[in-house]
Amino acid sequence: MSPLHPAAPVRPPAARLDVENLSLQFGGVKALDGIDLNVAPGSITALIGPNGAGKTSAFNSISGFYKPKTGTVRLDGEDITAVPARDRAKLGLARTFQNIALFRGMTVLDNIKLGRHAHLTAGVFDAFLYWGKAKREEMELRAEVERDVIDFLELDHIRNVPVAILPYGLQKKVELARALAMRPRILMLDEPVAGMNREETEDMARAILDVREEWGVTVLLVEHDMGMVMDISDHVCVLNFGRRIAAGTPEEVRNNPDVIKAYLGSSGDPRRAAEGHAPVGEVA
Amino acid sequence: MRVGTAKESYAADEGLFKTDTQKVWFGLLMAGLLLFPLNGSNYWMFLAVLVMINVISTTGLNILTGYTGQVSLGHAAFMAVGAYTVAFFDGRFDTPVLLNLVLAGAVAAGIGYLVGLPSLRIKGLYLAIATLAASVILGFVFLNWTPVTGGLRGLNVPTATIAGIELATPDRLYWLVMPICVVMVLAAKNLFRTRVGRAFIAIRDRDISAEIIGISLFKYKLMSFAISSFYAGVAGGLWAYLFRVVTPESFPALASIFFLAAVIVGGAGTIVGGIFGAVFMTLIPEFLKLSATALVPWFPDASIYLAPVRNIIFGLLIIGFLIFEPMGLAEMWRRTRRYFALWPFRT
Amino acid sequence: MAIEFIDIVETSLAGLGTGSLMALTGVAFVIIYKATKVINLAIGEMLMIGAFVFYGFSASLALPIWASVPLTLAVSAVIGGVIERTMIRPLLKDNPVSVFMVTIGLTSVLIGVVELIWSAEPRRLPEFLPSQPVIIADAFIPSKTAYSFLIAAAAMAVLITVFSFWRGGIALRATATDRAAASSVGIDVPGVFSFSWMLAATVAALAGILVGSVGGISSAMGLFGLSVFVVVIVGGLDSILGALIAGLFIGWLEAMVGRFLGGEFKLLATFSILLVVLVVRPYGLFGTHEIERL
Repeated sequence: MSPLHPAAPVRPPAARLDVENLSLQFGGVKALDGIDLNVAPGSITALIGPNGAGKTSAFNSISGFYKPKTGTVRLDGEDITAVPARDRAKLGLARTFQNIALFRGMTVLDNIKLGRHAHLTAGVFDAFLYWGKAKREEMELRAEVERDVIDFLELDHIRNVPVAILPYGLQKKVELARALAMRPRILMLDEPVAGMNREETEDMARAILDVREEWGVTVLLVEHDMGMVMDISDHVCVLNFGRRIAAGTPEEVRNNPDVIKAYLGSSGDPRRAAEGHAPVGEVA
Repeated sequence: MRVGTAKESYAADEGLFKTDTQKVWFGLLMAGLLLFPLNGSNYWMFLAVLVMINVISTTGLNILTGYTGQVSLGHAAFMAVGAYTVAFFDGRFDTPVLLNLVLAGAVAAGIGYLVGLPSLRIKGLYLAIATLAASVILGFVFLNWTPVTGGLRGLNVPTATIAGIELATPDRLYWLVMPICVVMVLAAKNLFRTRVGRAFIAIRDRDISAEIIGISLFKYKLMSFAISSFYAGVAGGLWAYLFRVVTPESFPALASIFFLAAVIVGGAGTIVGGIFGAVFMTLIPEFLKLSATALVPWFPDASIYLAPVRNIIFGLLIIGFLIFEPMGLAEMWRRTRRYFALWPFRT
Repeated sequence: MAIEFIDIVETSLAGLGTGSLMALTGVAFVIIYKATKVINLAIGEMLMIGAFVFYGFSASLALPIWASVPLTLAVSAVIGGVIERTMIRPLLKDNPVSVFMVTIGLTSVLIGVVELIWSAEPRRLPEFLPSQPVIIADAFIPSKTAYSFLIAAAAMAVLITVFSFWRGGIALRATATDRAAASSVGIDVPGVFSFSWMLAATVAALAGILVGSVGGISSAMGLFGLSVFVVVIVGGLDSILGALIAGLFIGWLEAMVGRFLGGEFKLLATFSILLVVLVVRPYGLFGTHEIERL
């Protein structure tokens, strides 16, 4: 496919993310209790922990869906704690969801295009006429999305398929594609390989590594699949009962006694523990 | 997927009509619209004008309910706003027709914007009730703001006059309504080729994640309300020029259900569905009238049963389509086309 | 204009009388909502069809009251069951908006059926409540209002007792809380759905008989349902207590507004209250506030 606009892809520089003393409460339940998290630019950082540890709560607070009780979230040093979720998208914070949150009534292509929404400017009158600005913008968007996202993630055979009929693994990939279309500086993936078989997991892991490689984007992910976490992350942060109990390289974390205790109650290997994590009751 | 539709450029793939067949259909439709007045029957011309007014209004409701997922039970009230606006301005100030129609749309859009405000706090079914409340309140205003609305007796509407030509009869009014209808339907189609339309659909499908990818629910829900009401307002304005009188009884609550039915029966969330739905729902009562007349030799009082039977059929159509064909006539049409496109192969 | 105290008292009492009927209909609505999470926009029309069935038995067939009432309630239960089975259940797995729209269609069907059988003309139900007016202190209350209040109150007392203590009532509440869990402990969930619609139709029919005996019946009496929506939204969609209190309040408010401002202000007042509640406290005064999750 020959791109219509052979300009260099717009790839904003990777950002760093610093979370400090983040606390979140639901009624009387402390979902997060003073979490610190530092994500270096261009790294792949994993947030792990048993069920109910507060990983998803942390994610939702960082992306602005939950209002944390205390703490700050900084993007490249800029405090974004008070910025509403929809404006964080424009700052380059893109995420996927644990339970796929695609727009089911739309095609793959339209879902991906939606990722660019915040960066486009056509107003309603341009839209009615589909002339001038609206048309130009849509054409550029299409070319860019095709070149940078659809080709890159090999989704071209399904671009006109409604997402609702795609298999699970592909839906996850489309969600990644939509996040990429947001031109992220930080890509937040909430359980990108949950429920996938081995082959799909490997495919996704490769895609994440490629994304980091090609786009130079910072990746923050929550994942239960310890095999994948240990394989691809540069840095791992472990939560338990809303607190951070360890942080470091995968190797350091794996040998940390607190982590072992959190996963097994006594001692053992978190790699095996992940297969049968006990349901503690998900907080969020 | 349709075969034989490969494109050589993104522009072609993003076009208004994606296949040659679609272009041919559109051409035929346009030719049909241009040639239709040749039939010369006043009754058919009246019906054609009414159908097109309903197409405009249904398309408006489809934008709000079918595409944005906000159920409105007050759509007819916005048509009434448009009708009163036209009656007021044309009757009082003798302003030009096209200006009146734009005003009708604008006033309705403004009120629609206000009615949409609760949609930021409440969703779905609560919102539907809120729109019902708004239409009750608007009904109260029409009835009691006598200096402007003429109270119970309503307002008479002067003949629409453009460039000195009086559009007193449906066959003349047709040339006003038809182009407006075509333009507004195409504009709606365009809307959903752009970010604005995609944002609407995103809100319908998953409003929370829409917000997280950077879509302002505030802005787009209200925009959808305003656009939808604009369509209703223009349709109501044209309606006023067709019937020449507007009263509080002109747009009863049941009329809102009529448009909702048209959206569902036609196919919510497709432009062509809105057209099908409006045509179908407008023609049903006419069809019933014809059947009642035909039945008179056997059942002399068949015509008394007309209104109840119409209500039952409207209701059953809504229920039946929701249960058996939720995508509406548009989907049946798509399947039929597909059958012939691949004939003799079956899928 | 001097407003006399006794006038206020009498209007208030009459308003509470209407309010009790709104509350009863509201309870019918809440039963369906609690069990099936369906917003039934046709509740007013279900009330209407009950009133007309009663008319059919008591006036057209001239059956005595003691036979007409149970027959009406039984027929209404069947109608409720048929509606649930044919129109609601096929869509329960779909999104709630579809089911809601089905009930809009149902509105239109029920009005059509009534007009087809009985025409659109208003009619009077046979007199069956004692005609001696009731006098409390110096206030005069029309007998029908007073007796319908008592009947409605008794019916609600029975319903509340049943829901609190009877096994089936508990099953219904369990289904309301979590369908899958209810099903897994052996509750017949589809059975509960059918039952809730049948019960609601019965309750609505009873309300219809009372509303009709006070004000006569017509194919437009489903409009009573409009006030009932306001009641259930103000009270909270899933709260029987809320329906009760909001019913009395809205009934009282409509009576006062109608008496002192004029009948045309009634709906304006109720719907303005509705808008305020929707914006300030969308889950109602007593309703469950559901936390939104991703």
